[in-house]
Amino acid sequence: MKTIRIALGLASVFFTTFALAQGSIDKRRSGYQDMGEALQKMQDDDTANPGMLFVQLGEQLWAKPAGTANKSCADCHATGSMKGVAARYPAIPKDADKPVDLEGRINLCRTANQQADPLAPESRELLSLAAYVAFQSRGQPIAPPSDPRLGPFRAQGAEIYRRREGQLNLSCAICHDDNAGKKLAGVTIPEAHPTGYPIYRLEWQALGSLKRRLRNCLVGIRAEAFAYDAPDYVALEVYLMDRAKGMPLEAPGVRP
Amino acid sequence: MTNILVNAPKTAKPGEIVEIKALIMHPMETGFRPGTNGRIIPRDIIEHFVATWNGTEIFRMEMSPAIATNPFVSFFAVATESGTIGLRWTGDKGFLAEEQVAITVG
Repeated sequence: MKTIRIALGLASVFFTTFALAQGSIDKRRSGYQDMGEALQKMQDDDTANPGMLFVQLGEQLWAKPAGTANKSCADCHATGSMKGVAARYPAIPKDADKPVDLEGRINLCRTANQQADPLAPESRELLSLAAYVAFQSRGQPIAPPSDPRLGPFRAQGAEIYRRREGQLNLSCAICHDDNAGKKLAGVTIPEAHPTGYPIYRLEWQALGSLKRRLRNCLVGIRAEAFAYDAPDYVALEVYLMDRAKGMPLEAPGVRP
Repeated sequence: MTNILVNAPKTAKPGEIVEIKALIMHPMETGFRPGTNGRIIPRDIIEHFVATWNGTEIFRMEMSPAIATNPFVSFFAVATESGTIGLRWTGDKGFLAEEQVAITVG
């Protein structure tokens, strides 16, 4: 028995090194892998993950009619039809020339089809709807669309990601590429893959979008955060989603 | 309408110790924070959480302003008879939320 175990162990060591040498193992790490066991369990348990409260609320809002058209999301979109949608946003909607993120897409649908006022950024309603949609893509690999029109926006996002900003004169890349995995004030610097958005961040004691996280980081490097409707966020989101291509979505994520 | 998530086993053996977990959406505003206008935001917390098993109280908790938003409570009970586990949260501004789960013991 022991010999078999050692043989199996050796075989797995061999295969792991072999695979590593082939470069086929994905070394990218989701923030999930860098958090403590307690938080991982909190995220994994759908009745302990506070984000699931918002998924539940989102499901209720999905069925609620709104606007002068008096239509609900569910009137047009069948239950479960949003599977995989969150994994491919931001994308450029039909008849548009600029990409929108998931929250932006929800508001587009609201104004165009429901003829309702757009929901305020970071409002509980918008985040809950986004969480409900994103939840349906849980476990799906991030798959940015192959739309060639996204190219310039991705390039713009990459440029912002590498641009030094703020009084601390830091770029996203300095922390999240060059120093990821090291410690910043006792906390492991994550690789900044947007795998779990919208996330329930314990520090916020609320659900928050990727935009809120980006604003948080900008304030952290003592830069002036872009306005909520600035296209810079969406460009950065396009780049980040491309950078995390293939990683599974885990929305709603829990983060410290 | 309050959003609540409850995790309790649907079945249990007599005498078995079961864990009941409950999560509720609530701001748990402490009453110590100033708002954007500089004035203190009035306290808005859940004060009491009570669990009953077929109407008999099995767990009671008094909550304080130091408890986080969307409080999560986990407690244990000994399964004795089939029936309903009732959960009840009461708090400031006349807050009241109730949830019931059925459990079969046998």
